[in-house]
Amino acid sequence: MSEFYTALDHLALLPAILLGLFGCAIFLFDFWLFPKASDKGKLTWFVIAAEGFTAVALWRQFAYLQENGLPALVAFRGMLSIDGFTLFFNAMFLVAALLTALISYRYLEQEGEHQGEYYALILLAQCGMFFMAASTELVSLFVGLELMALSFYVLVGFLGRDRRSNEAAMKYFILGSFSSAFLAYGFSLLYGLSGSTRMADIGALLETRPLTDPLLLLAVGSTVVGVLFKLGVAPFHMWVPDIYEGAPTPVTAYLSVASKAAAVAMLLRLFEGPLAGSREMWEPLLATAAVLTITVGNLGALSQSSVKRMLAYSAVAHAGYMLLGLVAGNETGIKGVVLYAFIYTFMNLGAFLVLIGLHRKGIRGENLDDLAGLMRHNGFASIAMLVFLVSLAGIPPTAGFLAKYYIFLALLESGHYYLAVIGVLYVAVAIYYYFRVIRSMFFEEPAVAPRFRMGRGLGFAFATAVAATIGIGIFAEPFVRIAGMTLLR
Amino acid sequence: MEGILYPITTAHYLVLGAALFLIGTLGVLVRRNLVVLLMSIELMMNGVNVNLIAFSHLWGDVQGQIFGIFIIAIAVAEAAIGLGILIALFRNKMSVQADEMEILKW
Repeated sequence: MSEFYTALDHLALLPAILLGLFGCAIFLFDFWLFPKASDKGKLTWFVIAAEGFTAVALWRQFAYLQENGLPALVAFRGMLSIDGFTLFFNAMFLVAALLTALISYRYLEQEGEHQGEYYALILLAQCGMFFMAASTELVSLFVGLELMALSFYVLVGFLGRDRRSNEAAMKYFILGSFSSAFLAYGFSLLYGLSGSTRMADIGALLETRPLTDPLLLLAVGSTVVGVLFKLGVAPFHMWVPDIYEGAPTPVTAYLSVASKAAAVAMLLRLFEGPLAGSREMWEPLLATAAVLTITVGNLGALSQSSVKRMLAYSAVAHAGYMLLGLVAGNETGIKGVVLYAFIYTFMNLGAFLVLIGLHRKGIRGENLDDLAGLMRHNGFASIAMLVFLVSLAGIPPTAGFLAKYYIFLALLESGHYYLAVIGVLYVAVAIYYYFRVIRSMFFEEPAVAPRFRMGRGLGFAFATAVAATIGIGIFAEPFVRIAGMTLLR
Repeated sequence: MEGILYPITTAHYLVLGAALFLIGTLGVLVRRNLVVLLMSIELMMNGVNVNLIAFSHLWGDVQGQIFGIFIIAIAVAEAAIGLGILIALFRNKMSVQADEMEILKW
Protein backbone atom coordinates (compact mmCIF):
# COMPACT_ATOMS: atom_id res chain seq x y z
CA MET A 1 0.00 0.00 0.00
CA SER A 2 1.64 3.22 -1.16
CA GLU A 3 0.63 6.79 -0.47
CA PHE A 4 -1.33 6.71 -3.74
CA TYR A 5 -3.29 3.64 -2.77
CA THR A 6 -3.87 3.42 0.95
CA ALA A 7 -5.88 0.84 2.84
CA LEU A 8 -8.74 3.32 3.05
CA ASP A 9 -8.67 3.86 -0.71
CA HIS A 10 -8.92 0.13 -1.08
CA LEU A 11 -11.89 -0.07 1.27
CA ALA A 12 -13.65 2.70 -0.65
CA LEU A 13 -13.05 1.06 -4.01
CA LEU A 14 -13.79 -2.50 -2.90
CA PRO A 15 -17.37 -2.82 -4.27
CA ALA A 16 -16.25 -1.58 -7.69
CA ILE A 17 -13.24 -3.92 -7.70
CA LEU A 18 -15.45 -6.90 -6.87
CA LEU A 19 -18.05 -6.05 -9.50
CA GLY A 20 -15.39 -5.45 -12.12
CA LEU A 21 -13.53 -8.68 -11.31
CA PHE A 22 -16.65 -10.82 -11.30
CA GLY A 23 -17.81 -9.20 -14.55
CA CYS A 24 -14.48 -9.80 -16.28
CA ALA A 25 -14.30 -13.33 -14.86
CA ILE A 26 -17.55 -14.15 -16.65
CA PHE A 27 -16.10 -12.77 -19.90
CA LEU A 28 -12.99 -14.90 -19.50
CA PHE A 29 -14.26 -18.21 -18.17
CA ASP A 30 -17.81 -18.43 -19.50
CA PHE A 31 -16.85 -20.37 -22.65
CA TRP A 32 -14.62 -22.68 -20.71
CA LEU A 33 -16.93 -23.47 -17.77
CA PHE A 34 -20.31 -23.41 -19.46
CA PRO A 35 -19.87 -24.25 -23.14
CA LYS A 36 -23.46 -25.39 -23.60
CA ALA A 37 -26.25 -22.84 -23.89
CA SER A 38 -28.41 -24.90 -21.54
CA ASP A 39 -25.86 -24.43 -18.74
CA LYS A 40 -25.78 -20.65 -18.89
CA GLY A 41 -28.49 -20.42 -16.26
CA LYS A 42 -25.87 -21.40 -13.68
CA LEU A 43 -24.29 -18.00 -14.20
CA THR A 44 -27.21 -16.62 -12.19
CA TRP A 45 -25.53 -18.19 -9.14
CA PHE A 46 -22.34 -16.44 -10.14
CA VAL A 47 -24.15 -13.10 -10.13
CA ILE A 48 -25.73 -13.93 -6.77
CA ALA A 49 -22.23 -14.62 -5.40
CA ALA A 50 -20.92 -11.35 -6.85
CA GLU A 51 -23.77 -9.39 -5.29
CA GLY A 52 -23.19 -11.18 -2.00
CA PHE A 53 -19.55 -10.13 -1.91
CA THR A 54 -20.48 -6.61 -2.96
CA ALA A 55 -23.07 -6.42 -0.21
CA VAL A 56 -20.42 -7.46 2.32
CA ALA A 57 -18.05 -4.79 0.98
CA LEU A 58 -20.75 -2.13 1.25
CA TRP A 59 -21.53 -3.33 4.75
CA ARG A 60 -17.86 -3.04 5.72
CA GLN A 61 -17.83 0.54 4.46
CA PHE A 62 -20.97 1.28 6.47
CA ALA A 63 -19.42 -0.33 9.57
CA TYR A 64 -16.27 1.76 9.10
CA LEU A 65 -18.30 4.97 8.99
CA GLN A 66 -20.27 3.92 12.08
CA GLU A 67 -17.23 2.86 14.11
CA ASN A 68 -15.36 6.07 13.48
CA GLY A 69 -18.39 8.32 13.60
CA LEU A 70 -17.48 9.82 10.24
CA PRO A 71 -20.01 11.39 7.85
CA ALA A 72 -17.98 10.27 4.82
CA LEU A 73 -14.97 8.21 3.84
CA VAL A 74 -13.08 10.35 1.33
CA ALA A 75 -10.68 8.36 -0.81
CA PHE A 76 -8.18 9.05 -3.58
CA ARG A 77 -7.67 12.65 -2.44
CA GLY A 78 -11.27 13.72 -2.88
CA MET A 79 -12.13 11.58 -5.87
CA LEU A 80 -14.60 9.22 -4.21
CA SER A 81 -16.77 9.87 -1.21
CA ILE A 82 -18.36 6.92 0.55
CA ASP A 83 -21.18 8.40 2.59
CA GLY A 84 -24.79 7.59 3.40
CA PHE A 85 -25.80 8.81 -0.04
CA THR A 86 -23.38 6.48 -1.86
CA LEU A 87 -24.30 3.47 0.25
CA PHE A 88 -28.05 4.00 -0.05
CA PHE A 89 -27.92 4.33 -3.83
CA ASN A 90 -25.60 1.35 -4.12
CA ALA A 91 -28.04 -0.75 -2.15
CA MET A 92 -30.65 0.19 -4.77
CA PHE A 93 -28.35 -0.78 -7.65
CA LEU A 94 -27.53 -4.05 -5.94
CA VAL A 95 -31.19 -5.03 -5.52
CA ALA A 96 -31.98 -4.03 -9.10
CA ALA A 97 -29.05 -5.96 -10.59
CA LEU A 98 -29.75 -9.04 -8.50
CA LEU A 99 -33.43 -9.17 -9.40
CA THR A 100 -32.61 -8.55 -13.07
CA ALA A 101 -30.21 -11.48 -13.12
CA LEU A 102 -32.88 -13.70 -11.54
CA ILE A 103 -35.62 -12.85 -14.02
CA SER A 104 -33.54 -13.00 -17.20
CA TYR A 105 -32.79 -16.70 -17.44
CA ARG A 106 -35.97 -17.99 -19.05
CA TYR A 107 -36.53 -14.89 -21.20
CA LEU A 108 -33.14 -15.21 -22.88
CA GLU A 109 -33.57 -18.95 -23.32
CA GLN A 110 -36.87 -18.42 -25.11
CA GLU A 111 -35.28 -15.86 -27.38
CA GLY A 112 -32.37 -18.22 -28.11
CA GLU A 113 -29.81 -15.63 -27.04
CA HIS A 114 -28.62 -17.06 -23.76
CA GLN A 115 -25.01 -15.95 -23.51
CA GLY A 116 -22.75 -15.36 -20.55
CA GLU A 117 -21.86 -11.81 -21.54
CA TYR A 118 -25.34 -10.74 -20.51
CA TYR A 119 -24.58 -11.34 -16.83
CA ALA A 120 -21.13 -9.78 -17.14
CA LEU A 121 -22.63 -6.62 -18.60
CA ILE A 122 -25.18 -6.38 -15.79
CA LEU A 123 -22.31 -6.42 -13.28
CA LEU A 124 -20.19 -3.93 -15.26
CA ALA A 125 -23.13 -1.55 -15.57
CA GLN A 126 -23.55 -1.76 -11.82
CA CYS A 127 -19.84 -1.02 -11.41
CA GLY A 128 -20.34 2.16 -13.47
CA MET A 129 -23.30 3.12 -11.31
CA PHE A 130 -21.15 2.76 -8.19
CA PHE A 131 -18.91 5.50 -9.54
CA MET A 132 -21.85 7.67 -10.53
CA ALA A 133 -23.11 7.66 -6.97
CA ALA A 134 -19.71 7.82 -5.25
CA SER A 135 -17.73 10.28 -7.38
CA THR A 136 -17.04 13.74 -6.14
CA GLU A 137 -14.83 14.48 -9.10
CA LEU A 138 -15.66 14.96 -12.77
CA VAL A 139 -13.30 12.47 -14.45
CA SER A 140 -14.36 9.47 -12.37
CA LEU A 141 -18.00 10.54 -12.63
CA PHE A 142 -17.76 10.67 -16.42
CA VAL A 143 -15.92 7.36 -16.68
CA GLY A 144 -18.51 5.71 -14.43
CA LEU A 145 -21.34 7.14 -16.48
CA GLU A 146 -19.80 5.85 -19.70
CA LEU A 147 -19.13 2.41 -18.25
CA MET A 148 -22.80 2.17 -17.37
CA ALA A 149 -24.00 3.61 -20.67
CA LEU A 150 -21.76 1.41 -22.85
CA SER A 151 -22.90 -1.72 -21.00
CA PHE A 152 -26.51 -0.70 -21.50
CA TYR A 153 -26.08 -0.05 -25.25
CA VAL A 154 -25.01 -3.68 -25.64
CA LEU A 155 -27.68 -5.02 -23.27
CA VAL A 156 -30.45 -3.19 -25.15
CA GLY A 157 -29.25 -4.72 -28.41
CA PHE A 158 -28.67 -8.14 -26.90
CA LEU A 159 -31.22 -9.91 -29.10
CA GLY A 160 -28.92 -9.73 -32.10
CA ARG A 161 -31.37 -11.32 -34.52
CA ASP A 162 -34.34 -9.21 -33.49
CA ARG A 163 -34.71 -6.05 -35.56
CA ARG A 164 -36.55 -4.17 -32.85
CA SER A 165 -33.73 -4.80 -30.42
CA ASN A 166 -31.12 -3.71 -33.01
CA GLU A 167 -33.00 -0.57 -33.74
CA ALA A 168 -33.48 0.30 -30.08
CA ALA A 169 -29.77 -0.24 -29.43
CA MET A 170 -28.79 2.01 -32.33
CA LYS A 171 -31.15 4.79 -31.24
CA TYR A 172 -30.00 4.51 -27.65
CA PHE A 173 -26.38 4.55 -28.73
CA ILE A 174 -26.72 7.64 -30.94
CA LEU A 175 -28.75 9.66 -28.46
CA GLY A 176 -26.81 8.41 -25.44
CA SER A 177 -23.39 9.27 -26.80
CA PHE A 178 -24.74 12.56 -28.17
CA SER A 179 -25.84 13.50 -24.65
CA SER A 180 -22.56 12.23 -23.16
CA ALA A 181 -20.73 14.60 -25.48
CA PHE A 182 -22.82 17.50 -24.15
CA LEU A 183 -22.06 16.47 -20.61
CA ALA A 184 -18.33 16.20 -21.40
CA TYR A 185 -18.41 19.66 -22.98
CA GLY A 186 -20.07 21.06 -19.87
CA PHE A 187 -17.47 19.32 -17.69
CA SER A 188 -14.60 20.70 -19.77
CA LEU A 189 -15.93 24.23 -19.27
CA LEU A 190 -16.44 23.68 -15.55
CA TYR A 191 -12.81 22.57 -15.40
CA GLY A 192 -11.78 25.60 -17.40
CA LEU A 193 -13.62 27.99 -15.09
CA SER A 194 -12.19 26.56 -11.90
CA GLY A 195 -8.91 24.83 -12.83
CA SER A 196 -9.89 21.71 -10.95
CA THR A 197 -11.98 18.63 -11.59
CA ARG A 198 -12.94 18.19 -7.93
CA MET A 199 -16.51 19.16 -7.23
CA ALA A 200 -15.66 20.92 -3.96
CA ASP A 201 -13.12 23.22 -5.69
CA ILE A 202 -15.47 23.88 -8.59
CA GLY A 203 -18.30 24.79 -6.24
CA ALA A 204 -16.09 27.22 -4.31
CA LEU A 205 -14.87 28.94 -7.47
CA LEU A 206 -18.23 29.15 -9.21
CA GLU A 207 -19.65 31.10 -6.29
CA THR A 208 -17.21 33.92 -6.96
CA ARG A 209 -18.44 34.29 -10.55
CA PRO A 210 -21.41 36.45 -11.58
CA LEU A 211 -24.37 34.42 -12.85
CA THR A 212 -24.41 36.32 -16.14
CA ASP A 213 -20.94 35.10 -17.14
CA PRO A 214 -21.48 33.61 -20.64
CA LEU A 215 -18.93 30.84 -20.09
CA LEU A 216 -20.68 29.84 -16.87
CA LEU A 217 -24.03 29.88 -18.68
CA LEU A 218 -22.64 27.61 -21.39
CA ALA A 219 -21.05 25.27 -18.83
CA VAL A 220 -24.20 24.92 -16.71
CA GLY A 221 -26.38 24.76 -19.83
CA SER A 222 -24.52 21.85 -21.45
CA THR A 223 -24.28 20.00 -18.15
CA VAL A 224 -28.03 20.38 -17.60
CA VAL A 225 -28.77 19.14 -21.12
CA GLY A 226 -26.49 16.12 -20.64
CA VAL A 227 -27.94 15.14 -17.27
CA LEU A 228 -31.57 15.63 -18.31
CA PHE A 229 -30.97 13.47 -21.39
CA LYS A 230 -29.71 10.64 -19.20
CA LEU A 231 -32.66 11.01 -16.87
CA GLY A 232 -35.13 10.96 -19.77
CA VAL A 233 -36.68 14.34 -18.98
CA ALA A 234 -38.67 16.28 -21.58
CA PRO A 235 -37.75 17.79 -24.03
CA PHE A 236 -35.06 15.09 -24.14
CA HIS A 237 -37.36 12.16 -23.42
CA MET A 238 -38.08 10.93 -26.96
CA TRP A 239 -35.64 8.02 -26.73
CA VAL A 240 -37.30 6.52 -23.64
CA PRO A 241 -40.44 4.88 -25.14
CA ASP A 242 -38.57 3.46 -28.15
CA ILE A 243 -35.68 2.03 -26.21
CA TYR A 244 -37.88 0.61 -23.46
CA GLU A 245 -40.10 -1.05 -26.04
CA GLY A 246 -37.33 -2.49 -28.19
CA ALA A 247 -35.04 -3.79 -25.44
CA PRO A 248 -35.43 -7.29 -23.97
CA THR A 249 -37.94 -6.89 -21.12
CA PRO A 250 -35.53 -7.77 -18.24
CA VAL A 251 -33.12 -5.17 -19.60
CA THR A 252 -35.97 -2.66 -19.81
CA ALA A 253 -36.72 -3.34 -16.16
CA TYR A 254 -33.06 -2.88 -15.18
CA LEU A 255 -32.71 0.21 -17.36
CA SER A 256 -35.85 1.83 -16.02
CA VAL A 257 -34.92 1.50 -12.36
CA ALA A 258 -31.13 1.28 -11.98
CA SER A 259 -30.08 3.59 -14.78
CA LYS A 260 -32.65 6.13 -13.62
CA ALA A 261 -31.54 5.89 -10.00
CA ALA A 262 -27.92 6.35 -11.11
CA ALA A 263 -28.87 9.39 -13.17
CA VAL A 264 -30.69 10.79 -10.12
CA ALA A 265 -27.57 10.19 -8.02
CA MET A 266 -25.46 12.05 -10.57
CA LEU A 267 -28.05 14.84 -10.72
CA LEU A 268 -27.99 15.30 -6.95
CA ARG A 269 -24.18 15.08 -6.75
CA LEU A 270 -23.87 17.87 -9.33
CA PHE A 271 -26.78 20.14 -8.46
CA GLU A 272 -26.49 19.85 -4.69
CA GLY A 273 -22.71 20.08 -5.00
CA PRO A 274 -20.78 22.38 -7.35
CA LEU A 275 -23.82 23.84 -9.09
CA ALA A 276 -25.75 24.62 -5.89
CA GLY A 277 -24.46 28.18 -6.02
CA SER A 278 -26.04 28.85 -9.41
CA ARG A 279 -29.48 27.63 -8.32
CA GLU A 280 -31.12 30.87 -9.51
CA MET A 281 -30.00 30.02 -13.01
CA TRP A 282 -31.16 26.41 -13.27
CA GLU A 283 -34.16 26.29 -10.97
CA PRO A 284 -36.64 27.83 -13.45
CA LEU A 285 -35.17 25.63 -16.20
CA LEU A 286 -35.65 22.46 -14.18
CA ALA A 287 -39.13 23.51 -12.98
CA THR A 288 -40.24 24.01 -16.59
CA ALA A 289 -38.64 20.74 -17.66
CA ALA A 290 -40.33 18.89 -14.78
CA VAL A 291 -43.82 20.19 -15.62
CA LEU A 292 -43.26 19.44 -19.31
CA THR A 293 -42.03 15.95 -18.45
CA ILE A 294 -45.02 15.10 -16.26
CA THR A 295 -47.35 16.38 -18.99
CA VAL A 296 -45.68 14.52 -21.84
CA GLY A 297 -45.30 11.31 -19.85
CA ASN A 298 -48.86 11.16 -18.58
CA LEU A 299 -50.54 12.22 -21.82
CA GLY A 300 -48.32 9.89 -23.85
CA ALA A 301 -49.20 6.94 -21.64
CA LEU A 302 -52.95 7.47 -22.11
CA SER A 303 -53.17 6.19 -25.65
CA GLN A 304 -50.76 3.24 -25.58
CA SER A 305 -52.01 -0.25 -26.37
CA SER A 306 -48.68 -1.82 -25.42
CA VAL A 307 -48.25 -2.11 -21.66
CA LYS A 308 -44.48 -1.93 -22.06
CA ARG A 309 -44.70 1.36 -23.91
CA MET A 310 -47.25 2.66 -21.40
CA LEU A 311 -44.81 1.87 -18.59
CA ALA A 312 -42.10 3.69 -20.55
CA TYR A 313 -44.19 6.87 -20.72
CA SER A 314 -45.07 6.48 -17.07
CA ALA A 315 -41.33 6.23 -16.35
CA VAL A 316 -40.92 9.60 -18.07
CA ALA A 317 -43.64 11.05 -15.82
CA HIS A 318 -41.97 9.62 -12.70
CA ALA A 319 -38.66 11.25 -13.70
CA GLY A 320 -40.58 14.54 -13.72
CA TYR A 321 -41.80 13.99 -10.16
CA MET A 322 -38.28 13.22 -8.99
CA LEU A 323 -37.08 16.43 -10.63
CA LEU A 324 -39.78 18.39 -8.74
CA GLY A 325 -38.17 17.30 -5.48
CA LEU A 326 -34.88 18.87 -6.59
CA VAL A 327 -36.72 22.02 -7.69
CA ALA A 328 -38.22 22.35 -4.20
CA GLY A 329 -34.63 22.06 -3.01
CA ASN A 330 -35.24 21.95 0.75
CA GLU A 331 -34.32 19.05 2.99
CA THR A 332 -37.68 17.34 2.57
CA GLY A 333 -37.36 17.63 -1.19
CA ILE A 334 -33.95 16.01 -1.48
CA LYS A 335 -34.98 13.32 0.99
CA GLY A 336 -38.11 12.87 -1.13
CA VAL A 337 -36.09 12.36 -4.33
CA VAL A 338 -33.89 9.70 -2.74
CA LEU A 339 -36.89 7.95 -1.22
CA TYR A 340 -38.75 8.16 -4.53
CA ALA A 341 -35.87 6.52 -6.41
CA PHE A 342 -35.74 3.75 -3.80
CA ILE A 343 -39.46 2.99 -3.86
CA TYR A 344 -39.59 3.32 -7.63
CA THR A 345 -36.92 0.59 -7.90
CA PHE A 346 -39.32 -1.98 -6.46
CA MET A 347 -42.63 -0.89 -7.91
CA ASN A 348 -41.46 -0.29 -11.46
CA LEU A 349 -39.30 -3.43 -11.61
CA GLY A 350 -42.34 -5.29 -10.30
CA ALA A 351 -44.61 -3.98 -13.03
CA PHE A 352 -42.30 -5.43 -15.68
CA LEU A 353 -42.27 -8.87 -14.03
CA VAL A 354 -45.76 -9.71 -15.26
CA LEU A 355 -44.70 -8.95 -18.84
CA ILE A 356 -41.69 -11.25 -18.45
CA GLY A 357 -43.92 -14.05 -17.16
CA LEU A 358 -46.26 -13.69 -20.12
CA HIS A 359 -43.42 -13.77 -22.64
CA ARG A 360 -43.12 -16.93 -24.70
CA LYS A 361 -41.19 -17.93 -27.75
CA GLY A 362 -42.55 -15.92 -30.66
CA ILE A 363 -45.16 -14.18 -28.48
CA ARG A 364 -44.20 -10.93 -26.84
CA GLY A 365 -47.14 -10.73 -24.47
CA GLU A 366 -46.78 -6.99 -24.01
CA ASN A 367 -50.16 -5.72 -25.13
CA LEU A 368 -53.14 -4.83 -23.02
CA ASP A 369 -55.08 -7.71 -24.63
CA ASP A 370 -52.41 -10.20 -23.59
CA LEU A 371 -53.16 -9.43 -19.96
CA ALA A 372 -56.91 -9.88 -20.35
CA GLY A 373 -58.34 -12.42 -17.93
CA LEU A 374 -55.04 -12.98 -16.15
CA MET A 375 -56.82 -13.00 -12.78
CA ARG A 376 -58.50 -16.34 -13.41
CA HIS A 377 -55.30 -17.86 -14.73
CA ASN A 378 -52.79 -16.67 -12.15
CA GLY A 379 -54.23 -14.87 -9.17
CA PHE A 380 -50.92 -14.16 -7.42
CA ALA A 381 -49.37 -12.44 -10.44
CA SER A 382 -52.52 -10.36 -11.04
CA ILE A 383 -52.79 -9.21 -7.45
CA ALA A 384 -49.05 -8.42 -7.40
CA MET A 385 -49.48 -6.37 -10.59
CA LEU A 386 -52.44 -4.62 -8.93
CA VAL A 387 -50.20 -3.66 -6.02
CA PHE A 388 -47.48 -2.31 -8.33
CA LEU A 389 -49.89 -0.29 -10.46
CA VAL A 390 -51.71 1.15 -7.44
CA SER A 391 -48.30 2.07 -6.03
CA LEU A 392 -47.17 3.65 -9.30
CA ALA A 393 -50.36 5.71 -9.29
CA GLY A 394 -49.54 6.83 -5.76
CA ILE A 395 -52.49 5.52 -3.76
CA PRO A 396 -52.10 4.65 -0.06
CA PRO A 397 -51.28 2.37 1.69
CA THR A 398 -48.65 1.42 -0.89
CA ALA A 399 -45.14 2.85 -0.99
CA GLY A 400 -45.83 4.95 -4.09
CA PHE A 401 -48.05 7.22 -1.99
CA LEU A 402 -45.22 7.87 0.43
CA ALA A 403 -42.87 8.80 -2.42
CA LYS A 404 -45.27 11.34 -3.92
CA TYR A 405 -46.28 12.62 -0.48
CA TYR A 406 -42.77 13.82 0.34
CA ILE A 407 -42.34 15.49 -3.06
CA PHE A 408 -45.62 17.41 -2.68
CA LEU A 409 -44.89 18.25 0.95
CA ALA A 410 -41.52 19.70 -0.09
CA LEU A 411 -43.14 21.77 -2.85
CA LEU A 412 -45.67 23.21 -0.39
CA GLU A 413 -42.99 23.92 2.23
CA SER A 414 -40.85 25.79 -0.27
CA GLY A 415 -43.80 27.78 -1.65
CA HIS A 416 -44.08 26.16 -5.09
CA TYR A 417 -47.88 25.91 -4.90
CA TYR A 418 -48.53 25.85 -8.65
CA LEU A 419 -46.11 22.98 -9.18
CA ALA A 420 -47.76 20.99 -6.41
CA VAL A 421 -51.22 21.53 -7.90
CA ILE A 422 -50.06 20.48 -11.37
CA GLY A 423 -48.37 17.41 -9.91
CA VAL A 424 -51.51 16.33 -8.04
CA LEU A 425 -53.76 16.89 -11.06
CA TYR A 426 -51.64 14.60 -13.21
CA VAL A 427 -51.91 11.85 -10.61
CA ALA A 428 -55.59 11.68 -11.59
CA VAL A 429 -54.59 11.18 -15.23
CA ALA A 430 -52.13 8.49 -14.20
CA ILE A 431 -54.82 6.61 -12.29
CA TYR A 432 -56.82 6.31 -15.52
CA TYR A 433 -54.14 4.55 -17.55
CA TYR A 434 -52.90 2.35 -14.72
CA PHE A 435 -56.45 1.21 -14.04
CA ARG A 436 -56.98 0.35 -17.69
CA VAL A 437 -54.46 -2.44 -17.15
CA ILE A 438 -56.18 -3.52 -13.93
CA ARG A 439 -59.57 -3.60 -15.70
CA SER A 440 -58.09 -5.72 -18.45
CA MET A 441 -56.60 -8.21 -15.97
CA PHE A 442 -59.63 -8.56 -13.72
CA PHE A 443 -62.74 -7.93 -15.76
CA GLU A 444 -62.10 -8.58 -19.43
CA GLU A 445 -62.70 -11.82 -21.29
CA PRO A 446 -59.55 -13.02 -23.05
CA ALA A 447 -59.63 -13.96 -26.74
CA VAL A 448 -56.94 -16.55 -26.05
CA ALA A 449 -56.37 -17.75 -22.49
CA PRO A 450 -53.17 -16.09 -21.18
CA ARG A 451 -50.33 -18.42 -20.28
CA PHE A 452 -48.26 -17.30 -17.38
CA ARG A 453 -45.17 -19.19 -16.22
CA MET A 454 -43.76 -18.30 -12.85
CA GLY A 455 -40.47 -20.15 -12.25
CA ARG A 456 -38.16 -19.82 -9.24
CA GLY A 457 -36.29 -16.63 -10.08
CA LEU A 458 -39.39 -14.77 -11.19
CA GLY A 459 -41.30 -15.95 -8.12
CA PHE A 460 -38.57 -14.66 -5.84
CA ALA A 461 -38.49 -11.32 -7.65
CA PHE A 462 -42.29 -11.05 -7.38
CA ALA A 463 -42.24 -11.80 -3.67
CA THR A 464 -39.45 -9.28 -2.99
CA ALA A 465 -41.05 -6.50 -5.00
CA VAL A 466 -44.52 -7.01 -3.49
CA ALA A 467 -43.15 -7.23 0.04
CA ALA A 468 -41.13 -4.04 -0.44
CA THR A 469 -43.94 -2.10 -2.11
CA ILE A 470 -46.43 -2.87 0.64
CA GLY A 471 -43.88 -3.03 3.47
CA ILE A 472 -42.36 0.40 2.82
CA GLY A 473 -45.85 1.85 2.53
CA ILE A 474 -46.96 0.54 5.91
CA PHE A 475 -43.72 0.66 7.92
CA ALA A 476 -42.51 3.92 6.45
CA GLU A 477 -40.66 5.40 9.39
CA PRO A 478 -37.28 3.56 9.20
CA PHE A 479 -37.02 4.13 5.46
CA VAL A 480 -37.75 7.84 5.77
CA ARG A 481 -35.12 8.04 8.50
CA ILE A 482 -32.52 6.24 6.36
CA ALA A 483 -33.31 8.50 3.40
CA GLY A 484 -32.81 11.45 5.74
CA MET A 485 -29.32 10.20 6.54
CA THR A 486 -28.29 10.50 2.90
CA LEU A 487 -28.47 14.31 2.72
CA LEU A 488 -25.34 15.69 1.12
CA ARG A 489 -25.27 19.01 2.90
CA MET B 1 4.17 39.74 -40.74
CA GLU B 2 3.90 40.72 -37.07
CA GLY B 3 0.54 42.40 -37.66
CA ILE B 4 -0.99 39.42 -39.45
CA LEU B 5 -0.11 36.60 -37.04
CA TYR B 6 -1.67 37.38 -33.69
CA PRO B 7 -0.39 35.37 -30.74
CA ILE B 8 -2.65 32.36 -30.25
CA THR B 9 -4.45 32.59 -26.91
CA THR B 10 -6.72 30.24 -24.97
CA ALA B 11 -9.72 31.99 -26.47
CA HIS B 12 -8.66 30.87 -29.95
CA TYR B 13 -8.54 27.26 -28.81
CA LEU B 14 -11.93 27.62 -27.18
CA VAL B 15 -13.39 28.88 -30.44
CA LEU B 16 -11.81 25.93 -32.24
CA GLY B 17 -13.24 23.54 -29.67
CA ALA B 18 -16.68 25.15 -29.86
CA ALA B 19 -16.55 25.03 -33.69
CA LEU B 20 -15.69 21.32 -33.70
CA PHE B 21 -18.42 20.63 -31.16
CA LEU B 22 -20.96 22.64 -33.17
CA ILE B 23 -20.07 20.93 -36.46
CA GLY B 24 -20.46 17.59 -34.74
CA THR B 25 -23.82 18.59 -33.25
CA LEU B 26 -25.09 19.79 -36.62
CA GLY B 27 -23.86 16.57 -38.18
CA VAL B 28 -25.85 14.47 -35.73
CA LEU B 29 -28.97 16.56 -36.24
CA VAL B 30 -28.83 16.89 -40.03
CA ARG B 31 -27.18 13.82 -41.52
CA ARG B 32 -29.07 10.57 -42.06
CA ASN B 33 -26.27 8.07 -42.61
CA LEU B 34 -25.47 6.23 -39.38
CA VAL B 35 -21.74 6.02 -40.16
CA VAL B 36 -21.63 9.79 -40.55
CA LEU B 37 -23.55 10.12 -37.27
CA LEU B 38 -20.84 8.08 -35.54
CA MET B 39 -18.17 10.32 -37.06
CA SER B 40 -20.03 13.44 -35.93
CA ILE B 41 -20.15 12.18 -32.35
CA GLU B 42 -16.38 11.59 -32.51
CA LEU B 43 -16.00 15.17 -33.68
CA MET B 44 -17.98 16.45 -30.69
CA MET B 45 -15.75 14.47 -28.34
CA ASN B 46 -12.67 15.97 -30.01
CA GLY B 47 -14.07 19.45 -29.52
CA VAL B 48 -14.21 18.63 -25.81
CA ASN B 49 -10.61 17.43 -25.94
CA VAL B 50 -9.36 20.67 -27.52
CA ASN B 51 -11.11 22.55 -24.71
CA LEU B 52 -9.56 20.39 -22.04
CA ILE B 53 -6.01 20.68 -23.38
CA ALA B 54 -6.34 24.45 -23.78
CA PHE B 55 -7.57 24.83 -20.21
CA SER B 56 -4.89 22.46 -18.97
CA HIS B 57 -2.27 24.72 -20.56
CA LEU B 58 -3.96 27.85 -19.21
CA TRP B 59 -3.98 26.61 -15.63
CA GLY B 60 -0.61 24.85 -15.88
CA ASP B 61 -2.36 21.82 -14.46
CA VAL B 62 -2.19 18.23 -15.61
CA GLN B 63 -5.72 17.14 -14.69
CA GLY B 64 -7.16 18.44 -17.94
CA GLN B 65 -4.79 16.32 -20.00
CA ILE B 66 -5.67 13.26 -17.94
CA PHE B 67 -9.35 13.96 -18.52
CA GLY B 68 -8.53 14.25 -22.23
CA ILE B 69 -6.82 10.86 -22.31
CA PHE B 70 -9.80 9.28 -20.57
CA ILE B 71 -12.17 10.86 -23.08
CA ILE B 72 -10.09 9.52 -25.98
CA ALA B 73 -10.24 6.02 -24.47
CA ILE B 74 -13.99 6.30 -23.91
CA ALA B 75 -14.54 7.58 -27.45
CA VAL B 76 -12.67 4.55 -28.82
CA ALA B 77 -14.80 2.16 -26.75
CA GLU B 78 -17.89 4.02 -27.90
CA ALA B 79 -16.87 3.76 -31.55
CA ALA B 80 -16.20 0.02 -31.20
CA ILE B 81 -19.61 -0.62 -29.66
CA GLY B 82 -21.33 1.71 -32.11
CA LEU B 83 -19.86 -0.10 -35.09
CA GLY B 84 -20.78 -3.45 -33.53
CA ILE B 85 -24.40 -2.38 -33.16
CA LEU B 86 -24.30 -0.93 -36.67
CA ILE B 87 -23.14 -4.24 -38.14
CA ALA B 88 -25.87 -6.16 -36.27
CA LEU B 89 -28.41 -3.69 -37.61
CA PHE B 90 -27.03 -3.87 -41.14
CA ARG B 91 -27.21 -7.68 -41.18
CA ASN B 92 -30.91 -7.56 -40.41
CA LYS B 93 -31.93 -4.50 -42.41
CA MET B 94 -29.35 -4.13 -45.18
CA SER B 95 -29.37 -0.40 -44.63
CA VAL B 96 -27.47 2.19 -42.62
CA GLN B 97 -29.91 5.07 -43.03
CA ALA B 98 -31.25 6.58 -39.82
CA ASP B 99 -34.65 7.43 -41.33
CA GLU B 100 -35.25 3.79 -42.22
CA MET B 101 -35.29 2.83 -38.55
CA GLU B 102 -39.05 2.94 -38.20
CA ILE B 103 -40.25 -0.23 -36.46
CA LEU B 104 -40.18 1.70 -33.22
CA LYS B 105 -41.78 5.05 -33.86
CA TRP B 106 -39.83 8.02 -32.60
